[in-house]
Amino acid sequence: MEQVLNSLKLPTDKNIRYLLVILVGILAVMAFSSGQAFFSIDNLQSMSSQMPLLGLLALAMAVCMLTGGINLSIIATTNACGLVMASIITQAPDSSAMLVLALFGGLITATVIGLLNGALIAYVGVSPILATLGTMTLINGLNVLISGGSVISGFPEALLVLGNGSIFGVPMPLILFAGFAIGLWALLEHTSLGRTIYLMGSNEKATRFSGINTQKATLYVYVISSVLCWVAAIVMMAKFNSAKAGYGESYLLTAILASVLGGINPDGGFGRIIGIGLALIVLQTLESGFNLLGVSSYLTMALWGGILILFIFLQKNKA
Amino acid sequence: MLNQFRCSLSSFTKRHEFYLSLMIVLIVAVLTFTSEDFLTLGNIFDMSVSSALLGIMACGLFVVLIAGGIDISFPATAAIAQYITATYIVMIGGNFMIAFAIAIVVGVLLGMINATLVYKLKVPAIIITISTLNVFFGLLIYFSNGEWLYGFPDWFMDGIELFTFTGSDGYDYGLSLPILTLVGMIAVTSFLMSKTRLGRQIYAVGGNADAASRIGINLFGINLFVYGYMGALAGIASVVQTQITQSVAPNSLMGFELTVLAAVVLGGTSMTGGKGTLFGVVLGVILLAVAKNGLTLLGVPSYWHTVVTGLIIVCSISMTAINEKKQALQEA
Repeated sequence: MEQVLNSLKLPTDKNIRYLLVILVGILAVMAFSSGQAFFSIDNLQSMSSQMPLLGLLALAMAVCMLTGGINLSIIATTNACGLVMASIITQAPDSSAMLVLALFGGLITATVIGLLNGALIAYVGVSPILATLGTMTLINGLNVLISGGSVISGFPEALLVLGNGSIFGVPMPLILFAGFAIGLWALLEHTSLGRTIYLMGSNEKATRFSGINTQKATLYVYVISSVLCWVAAIVMMAKFNSAKAGYGESYLLTAILASVLGGINPDGGFGRIIGIGLALIVLQTLESGFNLLGVSSYLTMALWGGILILFIFLQKNKA
Repeated sequence: MLNQFRCSLSSFTKRHEFYLSLMIVLIVAVLTFTSEDFLTLGNIFDMSVSSALLGIMACGLFVVLIAGGIDISFPATAAIAQYITATYIVMIGGNFMIAFAIAIVVGVLLGMINATLVYKLKVPAIIITISTLNVFFGLLIYFSNGEWLYGFPDWFMDGIELFTFTGSDGYDYGLSLPILTLVGMIAVTSFLMSKTRLGRQIYAVGGNADAASRIGINLFGINLFVYGYMGALAGIASVVQTQITQSVAPNSLMGFELTVLAAVVLGGTSMTGGKGTLFGVVLGVILLAVAKNGLTLLGVPSYWHTVVTGLIIVCSISMTAINEKKQALQEA
């Protein structure tokens, strides 16, 4: 094991090496057990169109976790954006002006929710887990109240293509995810706001005393998180061709799991976007592979949890 | 004497519990005037039964939070305990003592797995328990195939009923198993946290784990205890829930973790450990139960319930945070 790890001298940190080792292990198992079926174009395409939704939500979670916070309201926000956009679009499904208006409406919804979360945390001083637990309950309630718990469906082709279309065989959701992941990476590693986010995660007080307006930065972070939820909402609407309160609730804990597996330190300060990308590939390979082998999806869920614990165990033993 | 009373009263008004009590009194007063069904014994018993599950689990989570930990996996723990207990009762029989004993043993074992992982891996407890939630729940559904269990023996279906009386609406009410268990668990937790050395140690660990460890408190032991206690209460709550619903669905408790967490933090328990009272937790549970019951009695559509719960949580945690900020400023 030691030698295997040493031979993997990549210019990256330990987390990413472990993830690569786990990924190679899974791929080897898949190659032996299902071979052709797993590596077929069809399977790769379906895998890469399933992953982005969880991926976007994981990014939304991760950006908050980097500051030492957490955002439990991501699913509620996603559904809220979805419902707002859906109810605007279905007023006039064929008008492209309406589509733009709907997207804009969703973006405003996301921004308002992000500002609410950020204000509660930065200015009122509520701890992030409590603030977002509260807003999660509140938004979930509003979602059900406004939609009456019913499904809104019937979207124009221009929107559906974002969920099901592809360019040169690459599914649209993957392109969207890649775009926003790269954008977030650039923001985190090449702007002063990104520096501030990492600094706040390491030591919030020291950051504040060094003259950085941490309250404003917190506000930005939660707005960014909400905006990523808005993108997730677009992908979700396009994939399901519908919007409803309560969609995708199981993604909440999975998004945390993917972020931590990707090397995001839940106490804040450490973690990179590339790690999340790898973690998502690991999770998706496991799910699709097991699906091909006919293993129950609940067993996969158990294995996801198991892999995270194993991963943490490996990290701790080496450190 | 009077001075002392005034002094303790003025310190009470500064506390979180005071505002909670005030809010509850206000809601109860409004409901008593607007709905004649609200302040009847029958309705109060109904409320207690329907919040028994929440109350029992909140007691367990309270202890974990005081020790500075958190447990998200307890609904899965409860579901597993429930499934094993129910299978035993349907197949073999037994009595309530045996049912509770099985559920508690299963709960404690699963809780101790959490404790060991949290302590040995030194990772935030929320991450570990999210993982174990996935593992426990996934395995339960896999091995049970998601099948429901019903057809319990009569002694289980009938439950326990003390001091029965017939309410004004013609139904029989009494101290049933859920109410007895709820009251019992609140009493046990209260005794544990305020009258025993172990309780003080739990507060100490939550306040400052390093300091507690240096004065000779066994941190691993405390961890094992609090997560075990949470597991035990989850097990007990699961038996109560089985008795109320008279059936077992492996996924019926899913998503309950955040509701319980909301009730506990509503009661003023700090997420960072060491601070909080069981009285506050009970008030938090009462507030949620009264609000829900009141909305139902007033004929408000159920769509509104979550909105109101959310508003209550957001307002209450904001008030606590503002209060704490003020106190910190005064002390500084």
